[in-house]
Amino acid sequence: MDAFSAVLQGLPMTLLLTVSAFVIGIVGAVPLAVGLSSPNAVLRLVCRLFVDLVRGVPIIVWLFLLKFGIQIGTFKFNPVGAAIVGLGVVSIAYLAEIYRGGLESVPRGQNEAADALGLARSTTFYRVLVPQAFRIVSPSIATYLTGLLKDSSIASTIIVAEMVFQSQSFARQHPTVEGILPYVLVGILYIVLSLPVAYLSRSLDARMRKAVYA
Amino acid sequence: MNWLIEWAAYLPQLMSGLGVSLMIAGVSILAGYPLGLVLSVMVGAKNLAVRTLGLAVVEIGRGAPALVILYLFYYGLPKFGIAFESITAACLALSWNAAAYSSEIMRAGLQSVARGQHEASAALGLSWSHTFFRVIMPQGMRSAIPGLMGVAIQMFQGTSLAYAIAVPELMKSAYNIGSQDFNYLQIFTLAGICYAAISMPATWITVYFEKRMARHA
Repeated sequence: MDAFSAVLQGLPMTLLLTVSAFVIGIVGAVPLAVGLSSPNAVLRLVCRLFVDLVRGVPIIVWLFLLKFGIQIGTFKFNPVGAAIVGLGVVSIAYLAEIYRGGLESVPRGQNEAADALGLARSTTFYRVLVPQAFRIVSPSIATYLTGLLKDSSIASTIIVAEMVFQSQSFARQHPTVEGILPYVLVGILYIVLSLPVAYLSRSLDARMRKAVYA
Repeated sequence: MNWLIEWAAYLPQLMSGLGVSLMIAGVSILAGYPLGLVLSVMVGAKNLAVRTLGLAVVEIGRGAPALVILYLFYYGLPKFGIAFESITAACLALSWNAAAYSSEIMRAGLQSVARGQHEASAALGLSWSHTFFRVIMPQGMRSAIPGLMGVAIQMFQGTSLAYAIAVPELMKSAYNIGSQDFNYLQIFTLAGICYAAISMPATWITVYFEKRMARHA
């Protein structure tokens, strides 16, 4: 088997990890972002500490904690489960911070105008603030997704058979000069995979600028 | 309570690991930032070859996961007869990472300097080096400071990946202790606290700087 097909064997797992963690993050970050911009100071502080703690600890530590540290009765995480949960929780924290920035950057007048129109608070939030905030943060979300794609490589350290893991095992079986190939290929593959997302981010950014500032 | 007693016993061993982590982070920042400055100038250069080289170094350093670059240095290059100690490989890989990320931030900082500053320097007949080092850089670097602090925190956290190439840093020390006593939950929690104890205050300081800069901008 050549190096490229060895690396490609890990591609479905890399995509599975990235997409699952991203979905967990996109959904889970919503309540946390609301908490981060809550008028209740205690709730705000708790959410802030949670976000800063999750971001202050390297991903590899979270993965090892989940994989080796958690045992409830007979339940233990398998490597893929630990990787998805770990990357998912980290995504929740990062995306909540991005959402909060977006909510804060919606001009205050929007809130006041919605109030003046007598809109309910939930209508104001979902129909006025969120659509505008989402436009503002969509490029940052796309950038985060490319970061998450790269961070999914850390799952190889808890023996998840994704792309980097597959490159490692190919390199071990080929002690000759050929053994460097999988590392080069996998590096290029990550860059190629993030190109569409980077392109999307740039076009979203351009559209957002037109929509907001035109 | 039990946990606290165990933690007290583990702490000295972890601290030596933390020292190695901080050392690697320090080296990669000290080597990476000057290199990042060079790269940021290269990327803006008029010469196509220089610009392409700069862009390639930056895009690979940012686009490939840090773990892949670590493996490339530690497992890949020896196949060509270029072998490094694990710590050296970690420093080299993370320096590349730091250089690539910092160059983008510095480039944005340098670009934010008003055009009139370039024109005024030219009108005064200042040389290129004088213009760059005495006029553009001091102004451009100011706005890059919070971003560079963020990259420094990212680098410190990135040192945990050096675990994968058996560098005796914080994560590796924790794993060694854990595999002796099977107290994985306790030891990785303590390791996490050690990382957070440095990253969290550093983040708060960065946010403070960001806010201060925003006020003066």
